[in-house]
Amino acid sequence: MTELVIIGGGPAGMSAAVAAYDSGIRDILILERDTALGGILQQCIHNGFGLHKFGEELTGPEYAARYEKMVFERKIPYKLGTMVLDITEDKVITATNTEDGIFQIKAKAIILAMGCRERPRGALNIAGTRPAGIYTAGTAQKFVNMKGYMPGKNVVILGSGDIGLIMARRMTLEGAKVHAVCELMPYSGGLARNIEQCLNDFNIPLKLSHTVTKIHGKERLDGVTIAKVDENRKPIPETAEYIPCDTLLLSVGLIPENELSKTAKVELSGVTSGAIVDQNRQTNISGIFACGNVLHVHDLVDFVSDEAEIAGKSAAEYIKGKAENKINIPIKTDGKIRYSVPQVITEEKDITVYFRVSDVFYNVKVNVKNEKGEAVFTKRRPKVAPGEMESITLKKKQIIGSKELFMELEAVK
Amino acid sequence: MRRNLTCIVCPMGCSIDVEIENGEVKSISGNTCPRGAEYAKNECISPVRTITSTVRCADGSVIPVKTDKPIPKDKIFECMKIINNTTPALPISAGDVIIKDVYGSNIIATGGK
Amino acid sequence: MYDVVIIGAGVVGSLAARLLSKFSLSVCVLEKENDVAMGATKANSAIVHAGFDAKEGTLKAKLNVKGSQMMPKICAELGVDYKNNGSLVIGFSDEDKRTITELFERGQKNGVKGLEILDKAALSEKEPNISKNAVCALYAPTGAIVSPYELAIAAMGNAMDNGAELKLDFEVKSIEKEGEAFVISSDTEAVSAKYVINAAGIFADKIAKMIGDNSFEIHPRRGEYILLDSECGSLVSHTIFTTPTKMGKGILVSPTVHNNLLLGPTSEDVEDKTDKATTEQGLENVLNSTGKSVENIPRNKAITSFCGLRAVGDTGDFIINSPLVGFINLAGIESPGLSASPAIAEYALELLENQGLKITEKADFNPIRKSAHYFKNASIEEKNEIIKKDKSFGRIICRCETVTEGEILEAIRTNPKPHDLDGIKRRTRAQMGRCQGGFCSPYITEILARELDIPIEQVTKCGGKSIINIGKTKEEIQND
Repeated sequence: MTELVIIGGGPAGMSAAVAAYDSGIRDILILERDTALGGILQQCIHNGFGLHKFGEELTGPEYAARYEKMVFERKIPYKLGTMVLDITEDKVITATNTEDGIFQIKAKAIILAMGCRERPRGALNIAGTRPAGIYTAGTAQKFVNMKGYMPGKNVVILGSGDIGLIMARRMTLEGAKVHAVCELMPYSGGLARNIEQCLNDFNIPLKLSHTVTKIHGKERLDGVTIAKVDENRKPIPETAEYIPCDTLLLSVGLIPENELSKTAKVELSGVTSGAIVDQNRQTNISGIFACGNVLHVHDLVDFVSDEAEIAGKSAAEYIKGKAENKINIPIKTDGKIRYSVPQVITEEKDITVYFRVSDVFYNVKVNVKNEKGEAVFTKRRPKVAPGEMESITLKKKQIIGSKELFMELEAVK
Repeated sequence: MRRNLTCIVCPMGCSIDVEIENGEVKSISGNTCPRGAEYAKNECISPVRTITSTVRCADGSVIPVKTDKPIPKDKIFECMKIINNTTPALPISAGDVIIKDVYGSNIIATGGK
Repeated sequence: MYDVVIIGAGVVGSLAARLLSKFSLSVCVLEKENDVAMGATKANSAIVHAGFDAKEGTLKAKLNVKGSQMMPKICAELGVDYKNNGSLVIGFSDEDKRTITELFERGQKNGVKGLEILDKAALSEKEPNISKNAVCALYAPTGAIVSPYELAIAAMGNAMDNGAELKLDFEVKSIEKEGEAFVISSDTEAVSAKYVINAAGIFADKIAKMIGDNSFEIHPRRGEYILLDSECGSLVSHTIFTTPTKMGKGILVSPTVHNNLLLGPTSEDVEDKTDKATTEQGLENVLNSTGKSVENIPRNKAITSFCGLRAVGDTGDFIINSPLVGFINLAGIESPGLSASPAIAEYALELLENQGLKITEKADFNPIRKSAHYFKNASIEEKNEIIKKDKSFGRIICRCETVTEGEILEAIRTNPKPHDLDGIKRRTRAQMGRCQGGFCSPYITEILARELDIPIEQVTKCGGKSIINIGKTKEEIQND
């Protein structure tokens, strides 16, 4: 029996481990599938990390190194090259590596920190041939930044989320020509800062309301057909345009990697594809917690670390035998607010609720009402956008007595 | 002359307006911190950028590097050439200076091997 | 000189090679592509049909029923995934009811066992997710599903282990008769053989013309498919057909042996025998049609889509004949080609024997091939025994399908050996999961480069120009 097993040694897993240790837990084991700790940060060699957490602008590897140092200083045990295969409802973990073979650990508490994966071409049903030269942006990033190989030299990128924008710059710096970044929506999903320093700096056109409709090329990509889309996001055939290229990078969605959560019968949200959790980041299974991108996709790793601290502290309390919570206040959202984390409140105390909106809205109020329709909280926001996670803090007195909470966006006249 | 910029110093990406007259910055508004004002001024007079990239080591592997200070924006590709023509020997620790004095900055390792 | 040369390493050519390798014959298979199973064999519905569809008395009917009976034993011997899940042809109207009754009677005449006509209630009990508009169905309990490219790969590998040769990248350009022998030439090589089997799929007419047989044409008929996540694999348990038309068996919904859900194929006559692109309209048709048969098909769970070209002969039946002594055509093998393939191989042998081929069984013929997925199916204790001997089985490379480095290495070292990422994909399932290689392809690229002793920049997706990386970073990139 290990008291705390953490699945994933990226920023979420490391931060959770450190927080659990600092709350008094010693019997911890981090299981990481890669050959080093750090998770996806290892390949995120650009800067923009750590401004909130450390007051400094760090690159991904530098941010990861800060947490690795904390893990090493505390001598928190971890296994590398170890892939978890299964987790049961009663917290038996099956994992494999070359040294131990296939082994099982029973845990008192588990923190899920597996991160997320990228949506591939097949999920979009893009018609055409299936040549080499089509990569998700993260896979291309791995080839370039970790292995030192160039996927191609004439690039089109589909998806203007941050990964797509960052790779537009990265490929350009390494000598490729990025012909266009196409974005299905009428707005970019990435930070304005990245549009500036990744596209505008290099005169890379951003084509909003555009998508790739066909892929050409027998063995290697020859080019793509792109087209403008209408208000229903359907391609307008008359606008079709052929762009010769040898590389198509896809930045079309991150999906929390919850295959293991499913084996443990953790209840998942249909909106986030991550676990449904309370303010302690505990899932519906007592003693199983979730944090980081496996719970919901974050924009800033600083917030991943914050969230993981909550999970780590809460797992520690659970291990020490903290009493189960008696109350259960679900938080519902109105659709303009796409989701909230946590989705349920199980303790009456000050709680920060994170949320994402479904579209760009200007001049809105974030309202929280109880089941009687009474307003318990309101906050004005001049602008909210899908690409930027928001948060509000509910005070204990605003929560007390409610049976259900509803979050909504209201237009301000 | 008015110019509007998106600040790139931090993920907030503030929209900043700059008033320029005769090549001099007269006023700056829209920034939410002093670094934004600094960025806006530089961007109009002599823009700079921090470069993050990788360098190939003697054993063929790549490690991440960055400029420890922003360099002139029009020197980005020259800087990349210098980085690409360097093959440092191992071992390297994060923070080590790989190349000294590239357009006023040093190229330092941000990961080690 | 070889006793027999087989042109085409699809499922038909591979099973023929395996059958011939039972005997003391020298056998050589010539394949134009860089791997086995590169034509319709890797892009079909993966169904072993019960055999009620084809007109009675045709080769399609006879060989389908026989092939379907032979398939379980062959798959067991070769370690290929096969599942006898049963088929349902569903009907929505009185006209459909009549067609289903016709199929039932035809099936009886063809010798298909166990056929039943179900009413709405019985159908709904068998398949709760079937459309509420379905009113009847033909139930064929002998219908099954298989992994078609794995069948071809395993058959060829077993043939090679038993002495047959395989020449890849051998595109036949001419066939000359020189005395007793056929001399078959590519641009760079020539082989000679006493007997030739033409199993060249979509190009079988081109090959036949080389010996002066102009009696048939093969024209391509495109079929597009969408494959859904294994999450959807139990939406239905049988293979669900609608009533057939002139253009074929229609768009179906079927679980695969790997627990994915397969939707398709469309059916469209095309001109270009080399165009395997899917189309926007085709994929849309697949989604719309399947929605009519089965409720709640999640449109957003697609993981990949692909296209195959059926080799449609202009006679309406399989074209299996001998236009010249020593030359056998196995042409026009469209549906139910996969189902019939073991029986087609036996029929080919019969024809060869009629033409004078003398056969003696090899004492040391080994029909058994270890399953490519034996590790996956082993117990934890068995797996740990294997890992103790070979650590590489403890390292998972493909997260989605749980494929270890050990299995990938074994596939690289086993006949018929793969040379690229797609070849590893078809043999091990690595890259076939929901992330479609996003996680594992950099690792597989490294492993392949190491095993083939080539630089990483030469690793390809499927041979030729399909390189994965154009070079190292920091090298001068010429922009053209």
